[in-house]
Amino acid sequence: MDLTGYWEVLREYPVLHAFWVNITLTFWSGLLSLVLGTVAVAMRISPIASLRLAATFYVNVFRDIPLTIVMVAMYSVVWVSLGIEFSDTFTTNFYILAVIGLGLYHGSFVAEALRSGVNTVPLGQAEAARAIGLTFIQSARIIILPQAFRGAVAPLGNTLIALIKNTTVASATAVATETSGVMAAMIENRPDHVILIFLTFAIGYVIIVVPVGVLITHLSQRLAVKR
Amino acid sequence: MIEAPLAPDSLAVPETSVSSTSSAVPETYPVVEMKDVNKYFGQLHVLQDINLTVDKGEVIVIIGPSGSGKSTLCRTINRLEPIDSGEILIAGQPLPQEGRDLAKLRAEVGMVFQSFNLFAHKSILNNVTLGPRVARGISKDQAEKEAIALLERVGIKDQANKLPAQLSGGQQQRVAIARALAMNPKLMLFDEPTSALDPEMINEVLDVMTNLARDGMTMLVVTHEMGFARRVADRVIFMADGLILEQATPQEFFTNPKTDRAKDFLAKILEH
Repeated sequence: MDLTGYWEVLREYPVLHAFWVNITLTFWSGLLSLVLGTVAVAMRISPIASLRLAATFYVNVFRDIPLTIVMVAMYSVVWVSLGIEFSDTFTTNFYILAVIGLGLYHGSFVAEALRSGVNTVPLGQAEAARAIGLTFIQSARIIILPQAFRGAVAPLGNTLIALIKNTTVASATAVATETSGVMAAMIENRPDHVILIFLTFAIGYVIIVVPVGVLITHLSQRLAVKR
Repeated sequence: MIEAPLAPDSLAVPETSVSSTSSAVPETYPVVEMKDVNKYFGQLHVLQDINLTVDKGEVIVIIGPSGSGKSTLCRTINRLEPIDSGEILIAGQPLPQEGRDLAKLRAEVGMVFQSFNLFAHKSILNNVTLGPRVARGISKDQAEKEAIALLERVGIKDQANKLPAQLSGGQQQRVAIARALAMNPKLMLFDEPTSALDPEMINEVLDVMTNLARDGMTMLVVTHEMGFARRVADRVIFMADGLILEQATPQEFFTNPKTDRAKDFLAKILEH
């Protein structure tokens, strides 16, 4: 393999910047999915049946649709057909649409991860909270959800890892600067280096994800609530 | 404000309670009144026409075989278990539906559970201050001052900064009692408070409960501790199969049970 030639190719394309785009996509859509997932799980454990139903509906819809379809729909349905625009700048608009698509999709997985966390909290905790006079919202905010988060570190971490890698589907919402878009351009223009191009991106993701995995294992043990 | 211009003697008797029969001093409602209460778990009729009155300062001990409905009865009083028919009044007020009013009422009824149920992610001190701070809006300093005093009363002051899992069962249960007392409850419900404890820890919890009774707290205690029932109860209630079969002073009940079911129960537990 022609390593020196490939070095030129690497310098020609914004590979590091592409990874940075995926990291920022992960950050914003992760934040959005955390908010959506938390609200959804709070609704699912609430005493109000219509809220439970709405949250169950959201989780099941977005968990069951393939991500690619969600991301294409953000472009072709939300933007093209419905004409919903978040920015006058094309690239910014597509970026925001991608964040929303990724956030909506992963929010359903966050909700499910948190629900498994809620199941680690004994029923007696909620009963004790009610018995001292806390309202549902107070008991969810102070007693149930904090323990649910600490009991759900591992599944939340798995969702985060999936999200990091799934940000590559943002190219389906016309975010051209992220890794899979850049990789496609590189392969198209420099098919002579295809194996090295693949390896570059594969190893790049491994380098990002491995520390995340280690951190999650560490945190899930450290944060677990002692009972 | 309105009372100020009135004559002193008219203060004691509000207009509404003027009647020929009552020697009406206000606030004479019993702490708890249960009227014809029924509850089902599916087909199972767990509470059958329960009528029960708990007066201020009374210590009532409920005993009976497993599955007799005694825990369920205890849990209906702060509506942790809703009832299917009948009425429960706390200090003359009907139990409200789930919501803000019920939360307010629960704040005035302390509850101690078999499995302690201390908030596992909060320190001992925070377990005790949480209710006053969140449900009552009391300042952190004030709540902590009162919490330390309560922890001292139950003998756990030194452990204030530990987590529940670092304490023994007996210590956890004493913290749970302090947590309930922090709300200044009108009534304390104890749902088998010593059943999950190792034998050598039972007494430390019963001692705290005995002192509480001596201080005049209104208490309803579901327990298998017959010694405690004999020494501390003003009234013993015997339940079986969802019915209250007997109500009597401990002296009366333990020496002269009326029903065969109670005789049988006492024979089984007192023999060994």
